[in-house]
Amino acid sequence: MKHLHSIRERIIYAIIWLGALFVALALLAIVGYVAVKGAGSISWAFLTEIPSRMGKEGGISSAIVGTLYLTVVAILISTPLGIGAAVYLTEYQPRRSRFTRMVEISAEVLAGIPSIVFGLFGFVFFVIFLGLGWSVLSGGLTLSLMILPTMIRTTQEAIAAVPAEFRENSLALGATRWQTVSRIVIPSAVPGIITGIILSVGRSVGETAAVLLTAGSALGIPILPTDPARSMAVHLYFLASEGISMERAYGTALLLIIMVFVINYLANLSRRRFSCRLKT
Amino acid sequence: MTTRVASLGSYNQHGKRGFAIRLRKEAAVERLLLLSALVSTLAIILIILFICSKGVPLIARVGLGGFLFSNTWNPLAGQFGIATMVVGSLAVTFGALAWGVPLGMILAIFLAELAPPRVAAVMNSMIELLAGIPSVVYGFFGLVVIVPFIRVHIGGPGFSILAGAIILGIMILPTIVNIARDAIKAVPREYKEGSLALGATNWQTVTRIILPTARPGIIAAIVLGMGRAVGETMAVVLVTGNVTRMPDSILAPVRTMTSNVVLEMGYASGEHQMALFATGTVLFMFILGLNLAVTASMKARD
Repeated sequence: MKHLHSIRERIIYAIIWLGALFVALALLAIVGYVAVKGAGSISWAFLTEIPSRMGKEGGISSAIVGTLYLTVVAILISTPLGIGAAVYLTEYQPRRSRFTRMVEISAEVLAGIPSIVFGLFGFVFFVIFLGLGWSVLSGGLTLSLMILPTMIRTTQEAIAAVPAEFRENSLALGATRWQTVSRIVIPSAVPGIITGIILSVGRSVGETAAVLLTAGSALGIPILPTDPARSMAVHLYFLASEGISMERAYGTALLLIIMVFVINYLANLSRRRFSCRLKT
Repeated sequence: MTTRVASLGSYNQHGKRGFAIRLRKEAAVERLLLLSALVSTLAIILIILFICSKGVPLIARVGLGGFLFSNTWNPLAGQFGIATMVVGSLAVTFGALAWGVPLGMILAIFLAELAPPRVAAVMNSMIELLAGIPSVVYGFFGLVVIVPFIRVHIGGPGFSILAGAIILGIMILPTIVNIARDAIKAVPREYKEGSLALGATNWQTVTRIILPTARPGIIAAIVLGMGRAVGETMAVVLVTGNVTRMPDSILAPVRTMTSNVVLEMGYASGEHQMALFATGTVLFMFILGLNLAVTASMKARD
């Protein structure tokens, strides 16, 4: 009986290991295929030239600028809001208050809303209702709402990890609440906050549907926040879905993957630093 | 540190007036923080308000039944039925769940119980990378690899429910694995040790003790994975063919609700645009329902 069990268990364990192997291979297949096909397309000209003839010729410089511009705007809006919300919940509200619960549920729901719905909202609210048009600003504002839950959660965790003695010492020295928060709590939580920002950058860089509906798909380089812009992800969508240039599509996809992997690496680095700091 | 202490002590120099000013500043800061805390709640209210205000009037005119259960989507003739897309969304989603959930569970058990720490660390970062790859890149990979593969080796046009289900299954893995793994890890050690001490094998312990205990978390993982799949746009639009016809097999092309919006928003106006918002409303309500169900069931357990 015992023996039978062990044979059955071995088979089950083999299946489980195979499942893990499959996922590893799937990741390698996706990344490897795009890397092999896309490596040839990436050149200095590809990175620095403006796309012409809808992207059939030229590079993707304006899409790179568009992606970075949108991401910066989103982070600039979302970071203070996220930190503010997290500080309020952890430092100004009693633990597990109804208000905290309400904000946390809102953030969870917000995190679950699909990007296309954000796109529709950004279009009808920022583009039409507030009259911002298809622009970097509309796109950035929409993105900032999408990354807000991540910002709030990571900052909350970082602030919660700040030892209580830090606060007590500061308050005992006669500092007010805000002095304690702004000079003791937030500086101690900075590494965690940076992790949140890096994760949010990753999300913004890859976002497509919401950006398409709010920032437009203009091919020029955006200068003002009110200019329309096309992100790399949106550019990839047009190149691939309309079969404009597969060569450039592979290059753009590879560049996106590289960016996301670098961002991921940085996030892990800062997270590890953060946990080291807490241990000492 | 000395400068900090000095500046905190400056209260004495400013005297009572300084203290009053500081108190007012404290109150202002608190109000500002309260406002930023309210943004996410406010955003949800605005999203519901604005999307429904554009979508609900059209649903009211066509009738909810007519909108949801009519097969004819012909916006130029004023015929707005999204039945084919509801079916498309559900078919692709359940297709993805059909293989994504078992595989996700296998991985979750592997990571929480079986994998040596080093292997687990590598797998975890791989799953993080999978989660980080933009959806449009998944769609692109599906378009250049999976669609031609299905066309050549399995049949049909390649653009199909199957292609969508394959891509979505990979995409929802990180969601399922992360939540299910954490739920399995949260099972108290004593349960496991007790079971092993009673002579149960490892696998018996996993299936009869650990999984049943972790069930609420596992269900949450599946439901959230489902939400992810239903709401996914860019990966699906590139691989499912986007035809508004009722599919007759998993090799047939379909259009999902999300694809419908992204395909036609660029040029739609008037009632047509409202119909796209109505499609978004249906999608949004569905996902809101799923998320609230998870939140409520989690809360009930606390």
